[in-house]
Amino acid sequence: MRYNEKELQALSRQPAELAAELGMRGPKKGSVVKRRLVKLVVNFLFYFRTDEAEPVGALLLERCIVAREEPSGFSISFMEDPERKYYFKCCSEEQCQEWMEALHQASYEFMRRSLIFYRNEIQKMTGKDPLEQFGISEEARFQLSSLKE
Amino acid sequence: MKLNERSLAFYATCDAPVDNAGFLYKKGGRHAAYHRRWFVLRGNMLFYFEDAASREPVGVIILEGCTVELVEAAEEFAFAVRFAGTRARTYVLAAESQAAMEGWVKALSRASFDYLRLVVRELEQQLAAVRAGACPPPPLPRRPSALPPKENGCAVWSTEAPVASAALSGSEPPPPPPRRRASAPHGPLDAAPFAQLHEWYGQEIRALRSRWLTSRAQP
Repeated sequence: MRYNEKELQALSRQPAELAAELGMRGPKKGSVVKRRLVKLVVNFLFYFRTDEAEPVGALLLERCIVAREEPSGFSISFMEDPERKYYFKCCSEEQCQEWMEALHQASYEFMRRSLIFYRNEIQKMTGKDPLEQFGISEEARFQLSSLKE
Repeated sequence: MKLNERSLAFYATCDAPVDNAGFLYKKGGRHAAYHRRWFVLRGNMLFYFEDAASREPVGVIILEGCTVELVEAAEEFAFAVRFAGTRARTYVLAAESQAAMEGWVKALSRASFDYLRLVVRELEQQLAAVRAGACPPPPLPRRPSALPPKENGCAVWSTEAPVASAALSGSEPPPPPPRRRASAPHGPLDAAPFAQLHEWYGQEIRALRSRWLTSRAQP
């Protein structure tokens, strides 16, 4: 699949929601743990060799599954193949929690659901649609009907 | 750079909500011909397929950091997705009608994760204010929409339950969106109030609209 790699590289240089050096192991059998600079930017997780400016790779985080992997680690896999896991090793419980929390929310789909939730709550409490003032209330992607209650 | 392309392909064809879909002509390169492709916008990813029945995308345009503009082109209803930076690619696309073009321009201009996060943060603050018993913030003066209301092409809507993250249940608010680190400057817009930021996003659309109107007025 073609993709605009330059723009993805530029994105990897944007300010991150979270960045840290973690141990990382790929999904292939026999992979070893390597130190990587891991950086969360919007809905992408970039990973760099610790002394390089260009990322080794990126993971789009839509439809991902984040799971706890003892001790103090977590894994990321994807819905179409949940057993194919990228493993990450943190240096503490706190760091592991922090990353899992951040990754959980780092998807467009999660943001969309949050928006629909807030919009609905505000509308229930004030009788007003908060999206109207921004001229985006009609957009299909923000409609409550898209959620299964 | 490695990328989880297989997951990307699944995201392209899964039944998550589609934000816009339709045929567009895509210019191959600077002097290349246009190819008719089936485009699907989902989140901040613009996928394109050989046709509507294809099971795997030909490619994807990642939309963070882009601007959408009208262009002078031989094709009618043409617009461009432009990225900043030297040697950055500009994607020239053409719709099959005025309405479709406007729908795409509107959808693509506001497709970034960044934009959605801004809106979510704004609503989160509004809800907190309302819950604290404060008066809801006065509504901003109603801007006439730059584009005719309604329709964003053939958006397909699914009722699939949310998966892979905690479902929103009852009145438990979702956790606030992750904050950017304060130490990481993002640019001149970072500290601007939301209304200003939204105005900035909206300006482009109004400019496009007025240019189109002007160009139509010419014989």
